[in-house]
Amino acid sequence: MSHFRVELRQRAEELVALYPRKRSAMLPLLHLVQEQDGYLSAAGIAEVAELTGTSAADVRGTAAFYDMFHLEPVGKYVVGICTNVACLLAGGQELLEHASETLGCAVGATSDDHLFTLEETECLADCDRAPCVQVNHRYVRTTTAPAFDAMVADLREGRLDADVPAHGTLIRVRRSGGLRVSREELAAERASARAERELREAKG
Amino acid sequence: MAVLDAPRIVSARTEYEDSHTLARFLATGGNDALRKALTMHPEAVAAEVDAASLLGRGGAGFPAGRKWSMLRRSAISYLVVNGDESEPATFKDHFLVERDPHQLVEGVTIAAYALQVSQVFIFLRGEFALGLERVQQAVNDAYETGALGNKIFGSNFSLDVVVHPGAGAYICGEETSLIEALEGKRGFPRIKPPFFPAVTGLYGEPTVVNNVETMSNLPWIVLHGGAAFAALGQGRSTGTRLFALAGQVNRPGVYEIEMAKNTFRDLIFDPALGGGLAPGRSVKAIIPGGVSAPWFSPDQLDVPLGQDEVAEQGSMLGSGSVVVLDDSSCVVRAAWRITKFFSRESCGQCTPCREGSGWIERAMYRLEHGGGREEDLDLLLDLCDNIAPGLTWPPQQTTICVLGPSIPSSVNSAISMFRDDFLAHVRHGGCPHD
Repeated sequence: MSHFRVELRQRAEELVALYPRKRSAMLPLLHLVQEQDGYLSAAGIAEVAELTGTSAADVRGTAAFYDMFHLEPVGKYVVGICTNVACLLAGGQELLEHASETLGCAVGATSDDHLFTLEETECLADCDRAPCVQVNHRYVRTTTAPAFDAMVADLREGRLDADVPAHGTLIRVRRSGGLRVSREELAAERASARAERELREAKG
Repeated sequence: MAVLDAPRIVSARTEYEDSHTLARFLATGGNDALRKALTMHPEAVAAEVDAASLLGRGGAGFPAGRKWSMLRRSAISYLVVNGDESEPATFKDHFLVERDPHQLVEGVTIAAYALQVSQVFIFLRGEFALGLERVQQAVNDAYETGALGNKIFGSNFSLDVVVHPGAGAYICGEETSLIEALEGKRGFPRIKPPFFPAVTGLYGEPTVVNNVETMSNLPWIVLHGGAAFAALGQGRSTGTRLFALAGQVNRPGVYEIEMAKNTFRDLIFDPALGGGLAPGRSVKAIIPGGVSAPWFSPDQLDVPLGQDEVAEQGSMLGSGSVVVLDDSSCVVRAAWRITKFFSRESCGQCTPCREGSGWIERAMYRLEHGGGREEDLDLLLDLCDNIAPGLTWPPQQTTICVLGPSIPSSVNSAISMFRDDFLAHVRHGGCPHD
């Protein structure tokens, strides 16, 4: 029985098929687990192990390396505030402390109502609108305390659902099209191109 | 005076609100370069890139043409595009993937054709959720319009492009670490030699890894010729470059300007660029090229923004980032935060980096927050010397990758430039700015 919902299981299998080796789909598949479960559930990890031909321990060990993967449940909205140097100069640290009060949770923790998890992030590459704030990895661009509070109120009321989808950085990414040539044909095409080049080089 | 008459090579389309759409792309010369490239011999395309002397725009500034020629001697290969932009205060690739994803895909296709590669992976930071959507959409559009896939535009060239998300790790910008992540592993940089993925890369096969901005330059180079590109800039710094200006300036942002023709002063103060500092403020320090780079003082404002010009002054142009600290800022706090970053992002493989970054961070923390001692300054420099012996620039290497030797830059700069500020922190028992 698949832990993934039918649609996600299909997307997962399509992802695996994109790569010459199954294990390469590891990070995208883990993003899919978070899209469904919000974090890396044990059942999700087991399924990624099955899909990539690895073990659950291997998957967990790999996932633990990466900041975006949550090994514990998180809130509906993961709020990330950058305090790296450009944001520090723009008051990122103060905004983080303010956010902790507004959301009612410590940095790195989840609010009692499981709505928010607050994270102090490293640079999010949006430094001309510092300090940078992301919610579920969407830039919300609220650089002041009042703007942040208004944004949080909007989140609570569901007014930002269109801008801030649920977990999973691939939740709105769908691949269409692709190379309709088998790997064997492609390898043959590549080999003949290479032979041609080598012939030319031998001549030249 | 700033020199602003150069053509905009990678950011022209971003003038439009809808610069990310297929309609705008096609209405503004989209795919013209790809169609032209497909009529050329692959090696002729590579020769144009060689003639352009295009330096890689990722950070190391290695000539893209040389990376390619090293590869072309070997057999099969992959092209991997590095869009894992994570160097603090660098945001020009973020700008390109969100604002002109089709140009990136066109550039990637041209590069793949020149290299005769049939599989490309575009590795984007996982935090770029919108960027991932837009680049995938651009790839989908390319398949739809025959610009990707089987026999592109009726040529004898077929290509598949896969958009691959990262998952939050600064180190994955290092190309061998990026390859590990692409293989589905922890992002540990690989032991060198071999130094170049062109020798042993993805799945052990020859692989070229190029930056997003590097790829985005290719359509213009193919359309206008490598010589036209090389005619811009000065010396080894050809063409234009995106500079990501951040920190305490009036108009932070991404600016495309001709390489080496403008100085830090131009970028920071020109009304069309940074627009100067807040009233009454002056420049205290500049961090050029990302937080891995040694800092500049206001005396160096007139250094041109060129690869060699900045290197001659003991720093690097690096990732194209420029951070301005004004005279109200606390340099101890800034340097502490940078060391905290390295401590968090060290992958942990090498002892000097793993242990050194944490130790430095703790010493910097107590200087900034109270409990710092005057001896800490010597301790810090000694720790830095252990990671990068001699504290030279470019630094000596004691670790597998360059993350470790990047740690001392900010600490060493801050202490040597602002020793009095550190002593004031010691006397005050914390930050006098608080």
